Amino acid sequence: MSLTELTIADAAAGLRARKFSAVELVRAHTDAITALNPRLNAYITPTSDAALQAAACADEALAKGEAKPLTGIPLGIKDLFCTSGVRTTAASNILKNFVPPYESTVTANLLRDGAVFVGKTNLDEFAMGSANITSAFGPVENPWKRNGDADTKLVPGGSSGGSAAAVAAGLAMGATGTDTGGSIRQPAAYCGIVGLKPTYGRCSRFGTIAYASSLDQAGPMARSVRDCAIMLQSMAGFDARDSTSVNCDVPDYSAAVGRSLKGLKVGIPAEYRAEGLSAEIEAAWQQGINWLKAAGCEIVDVSLPHTKYGLATYYIVAPAECSSNLARYDGLRFGERVPGATLDAMYEATRRAGFGPEVRRRIMMGTYVLSAGYYDAYYLKAQKVRSLIRRDFTESFQKVDVLLTPTAPTPAFAQGEKTDDPVQMYLNDIFTVPASMAGMPAMSVPVGLGATGLPLGLQLIGRPFDEETLLAAGSALESAAGFTHRPAIRAEGAK
Amino acid sequence: MSLDPATVRRIARLARIGIDESDLPALQGELNGILGWVEQLNEVDVEGVTPMVGTGHAALRTRDDVVTDGNCRDAVLSNAPDAVGPFYTVPKVVE
Repeated sequence: MSLTELTIADAAAGLRARKFSAVELVRAHTDAITALNPRLNAYITPTSDAALQAAACADEALAKGEAKPLTGIPLGIKDLFCTSGVRTTAASNILKNFVPPYESTVTANLLRDGAVFVGKTNLDEFAMGSANITSAFGPVENPWKRNGDADTKLVPGGSSGGSAAAVAAGLAMGATGTDTGGSIRQPAAYCGIVGLKPTYGRCSRFGTIAYASSLDQAGPMARSVRDCAIMLQSMAGFDARDSTSVNCDVPDYSAAVGRSLKGLKVGIPAEYRAEGLSAEIEAAWQQGINWLKAAGCEIVDVSLPHTKYGLATYYIVAPAECSSNLARYDGLRFGERVPGATLDAMYEATRRAGFGPEVRRRIMMGTYVLSAGYYDAYYLKAQKVRSLIRRDFTESFQKVDVLLTPTAPTPAFAQGEKTDDPVQMYLNDIFTVPASMAGMPAMSVPVGLGATGLPLGLQLIGRPFDEETLLAAGSALESAAGFTHRPAIRAEGAK
Repeated sequence: MSLDPATVRRIARLARIGIDESDLPALQGELNGILGWVEQLNEVDVEGVTPMVGTGHAALRTRDDVVTDGNCRDAVLSNAPDAVGPFYTVPKVVE
């Protein structure tokens, strides 16, 4: 098998057995980036030279028997994580030359465990988008194609679209993502990979460029459930530098993969049979229910009555937090500056030139809902509805252990579709936003191909800090689905 | 609730985002579209509901009142678009 088709678990075993070296493994990926990135645009900044140097060090560690869990494993890093000395743009013109002098906690944890970073992956600008079309560095192409249609470029989902495309196409073995309203799970579904958004507070936010701080959470994206468990093991943990980091033990996530599901209660929320759910995704959902039943689970109908209000709540809370977080881009201390005659003129010119239309729109929405006279009507109201959304989940989890839903209402759509009306684009996140609002962990697993040959994903939502049940149920779905389909554009065989 | 052009201009000003007059119609339409759509929250009865602040998984911590960082002036200034010596620069603000 080609080195770019291996799982992280198999590659780690292969490196220890000296079947191939870390330099060979990393070079296979950097060569693939050189060959395919000009087309896919999955990476904003490839870091091939540094990766090959790190791979040589990894080989030395392997030779000395000092290998760590991720030694020599090539990973992509979403360009929202600050990486010391490596340009970090958030896919925005305002940070196009920003070189952080420090490392985010999540990437520091991965480096501690031996990972090799092959580049910074593309995303929607400041993680605001569902199609990876708002990046100042251009859109990402989904490596999957509709049957018999090699020309139409599909979106990889967003905002972690570069990470999803890179992992799907074999330009990384795994990648970091961040998820504010679905930004790990929806692109994972669109690109046929596994993506896990941990419980809010499980992974440190320190050094991750902020969008909506009460929702942002880092997580792994990879081609298997086990690989996500391996990455999460490294990424998770308490960090005193993040005031919302939760100090509780990190369990052995890999041990949960393949665990028996006998007696596990799986809730099927009625409200996710929503308008706009495609027939093929509804069929995949029913198939998933049957698989979990066959694995020994008890299927229980549940109700999450406030599901339909999740998106509207999100589009008040997230812009409000974004308007506040992005106030720091003032053209003074870091980032780009556009000169102006006065301080205010400089701010206004800098922020107009530095931010793209979607980011400007969300900042303005947030500014309005927080402004004097409107705070109670919008922001306070949304926070109350958010309490009700969380209560729906809490009450459901008194009856069931995990929820199974679709990840997105449709498979990947084409670049240029759904761009006329912001609200139409927002509807892609209808099934992922509620778990974000409630801070619950959730994961998307690919379970099959739809009628047009595109991957379909199902979402598992768990109790706070019970990522293990997600991994156990996710691995059952993965085994039953036997998803071995690969995208049309991939590293294997590419030149 | 519908925003008029003057309100859109005021929001842009509060957000310190420069806009051209020619941007106004499109921005007004988009913001009104989003605001119209979030009006659906008016259907929800929130009487007596406590607003959710954070996700409630962690209580705020305190730490020892000691210096844990510092002496990194050059690193802090390394991304400033127009630093002069150890200073950030701004346009003249006092006439």
